[in-house]
Amino acid sequence: MFQLLTPSGDLTGPSPLDLTMTRRLYRALVFARTYDRKGMVLQKQGRLATYAPFEGQEAAQVGSAAALEPNDWMVATYRDAAAMWMQGYPLELLIAGRTGDERGGSPPDHCPVLPPSITVGGHMVHAVGLAWASRLLDERRVAITYFGDGATSEGDFHEAMNFAAVFSVPCVFFCQNNGWAISLPRSEQTRSETIAQKAIGFGMPGVQVDGNDLFAVYQTTSDALARARTGGGPTLIEAVTYRVGPHTTADDPGRYRDPAEADEWRRRDPLERVRIFLSEREAWTREWQDQIEEEAGNEIDRAVGLAEGLPLPTSSEMFEGMFESMPSHLVNQHDRAGVR
Amino acid sequence: MAQALTDALDLALAKDHTVLVIGEDVARTGGVFRITDGLLQRYGDDRVIDTPVAESAIIGVALGMAIAGMRPVAELQFMGFSYPAFDQIVNHVARIRNRSRHRFTAAMVIRIPFGGGIGAAEHHSESMEAIYAHAPGLKVLIPSTPYDAKGLLLAAIEDPDPVIFCEPIRLYRAVKEEVPDGWYTVPIGEARVERSGTHVTLITWGAMTKETRGAADLLATEGVEAEVIDLRSLVPLDRRTLVGSVVKTGRAVVVHEAPRTAGFGAEVAAVLAEECLYELTAPVERVTGWDTVFPLKRGEHLYLPSVERIAAAARRTLQG
Repeated sequence: MFQLLTPSGDLTGPSPLDLTMTRRLYRALVFARTYDRKGMVLQKQGRLATYAPFEGQEAAQVGSAAALEPNDWMVATYRDAAAMWMQGYPLELLIAGRTGDERGGSPPDHCPVLPPSITVGGHMVHAVGLAWASRLLDERRVAITYFGDGATSEGDFHEAMNFAAVFSVPCVFFCQNNGWAISLPRSEQTRSETIAQKAIGFGMPGVQVDGNDLFAVYQTTSDALARARTGGGPTLIEAVTYRVGPHTTADDPGRYRDPAEADEWRRRDPLERVRIFLSEREAWTREWQDQIEEEAGNEIDRAVGLAEGLPLPTSSEMFEGMFESMPSHLVNQHDRAGVR
Repeated sequence: MAQALTDALDLALAKDHTVLVIGEDVARTGGVFRITDGLLQRYGDDRVIDTPVAESAIIGVALGMAIAGMRPVAELQFMGFSYPAFDQIVNHVARIRNRSRHRFTAAMVIRIPFGGGIGAAEHHSESMEAIYAHAPGLKVLIPSTPYDAKGLLLAAIEDPDPVIFCEPIRLYRAVKEEVPDGWYTVPIGEARVERSGTHVTLITWGAMTKETRGAADLLATEGVEAEVIDLRSLVPLDRRTLVGSVVKTGRAVVVHEAPRTAGFGAEVAAVLAEECLYELTAPVERVTGWDTVFPLKRGEHLYLPSVERIAAAARRTLQG
C-alpha cells in the first residue's frame, strides 16, 4: 500500500505538495469535516433527509479531487460531498439535495459534476461514457468516478471497468474502500486480497493507496490522471480508508461492528497527520485552526440558509422536469395536480 | 422496413457528427438483423462501435456520451436482452433530466428489435413495450411501415429526450414500400389511421398491424367497415385520434402481441373509459398474447393473436 505520510505525520517519500498547497488542502479537510458533522446535526434536527456521513474519508476525497483539472468530469455518490465541492459543486446545492430538493441536482453550467448517484454502481458506466465522449470530441478531459468497496460487487462495476479498458478511455476509477457496505465488512464483500488487484483482470493498472494520506492520494490520482490524459487509458485506485460514522443517519453500526474498530481508525485520522506535518514546519497554529474552523462554519451556515430559503417546489417544476417540452398527457395531469 | 431504418441511420450519421451507433455486433456484421449494415465502412469505428457483451454498459455508456453532447443510437439485440439494461434505462436514462432539473439530458435512442413469429430461441420473442411505457421519462415508439420506420427514427434522433424505439422483427423484411429519399420526420405522438371505417375501431401497433389489417379485410366481406388505428407512439399517446375514432364507431378492439395483464391495451381501454364511456355501445375488447411465456417455434401459433381471433372480437362488439 502506497503511503507518503504516516499517521504520526512523518514523510516517507517526497511530498507532491508544497507548504502553501498543503495548507490550502488542510483547510479543505477541515472544511469537509465541519460540513460532514454539520450534516449529521442538521439531520437530527429534521432539517435534512437521510444523511450519509464521510468522516474519516476526507483525505481520500480532497486529495483526489485536488489533482483534477477544472473541467474534468466527476461522477460521484451520496457520500462524496467533499470531492464534489472541491470540483466546484456549490455547497448550497449539495445541502439542497440533502434537504430533498431536486434543484440540488442542478449545478451551474461550468461545473462538470453530475448529481450524486443514489443507486450503487450504476453511475460508473456514465463516467466511461463521459470520458469516451471527451476523446471523441477531442477535449482532453478525464472523467473520475467515486464508489465504495460495496459497489465493486455490482455488475456495472465490472462492465464499466471492462469497457474502459477495452476502449482505453480516459477514466479514473476511485474506490474508497471504507471497510463497510452498510453492515457487510470488506472481508465478506470479496475474496480478492485487495480491490486494486481486480484491475489486473481487466487489463488496467490498479493501485492501492493509504486513503487517509493526503499526499499519497494526491500523488496516485495525479499519476492516473496524467496517464489518462496522455492516452494511457484507465486506472483503478483503491483508497484504503474507514467510515468512522454510520452508513447513514438511518443506521446503527453498533448492530454489526465492534466500536473498538472505529476507535482504532480514529488514531489514523486523515486530518491529524497533516496537522502534525504542518505544525512541525511551523505552518500550523491553534489560532489558524480556530480561524479556519470558524470560516468553515460561517460558510456552511450561509449555504444552509440558502438551501433552506429555496421556495417549496411547485407541481409545475415536477412536471416540467420530465421532458424538454411537456407532452399532452403530462399537461393534463399537471392541470389536475393543481386541484386537490 | 429494414432498409428504411438503415437509410435513416445513414442520413443521421452523415448529417450530425455527434450521432454514433453503439451495440453488440453492429459494426462488423451490421447487426443481427443487418440494420446497421455498411455503416462501419462509411463512418469508421469511432462512430459505429462494436461493444463487449454487456447491455447495461451499452446503455450507461451511451448515457454518459449523451450527457457530454453526443447523440448515441444504441442497439440492444432483442427485447429479452434489454432486461440487463433495465436499471440503466429506468433509473438513469429516463431520470437524468429530472434529477438535474434540465442541467444534464439524455438525447439518445435505444433501438430494440422485439416480438415473435420468427421461430427464434427463448428470450428472443418478447413484447414488453408496456414496461417502458410505464417508466416516466421515456418516449416509446413502434413503427409498422417502412415510411414510419424511417421518419420516426429520424424524429427520435432529433428528439431532445430519450426514446425507446421498438422495431417489430417480423416486419423487418415482410413489409415493403417506397420511402422518400432524404431527411423527413414523422411527428412523435401522432397515431396513424390506417384504414377508415364506421362500425368498429381496431387499435394496434407493431407487427400486429398485419393481422389486424387481415381482420379488417375479413370483416369487410361480412359488411363490417372497421377503422384501423396504428398507434405508432405509445408515449406520448395520441388520445385525440384514438378517442375521436371510438366516439365515431362506438366500438373498440385493442390488439397487441404482448401479454394481456397490464399490457398497454389496458391503458388504451382505460383511456377510452375515461374519455368516451357513454359513447361505447359495447365493452372494449382486448385481443392479446396470453399471460404465458412466449412459446418456442413449434408453439408460436398457439400464442400470437390471429386474424380470426381479432375478427371474432370485433363481431362480439357488434352483437346486440
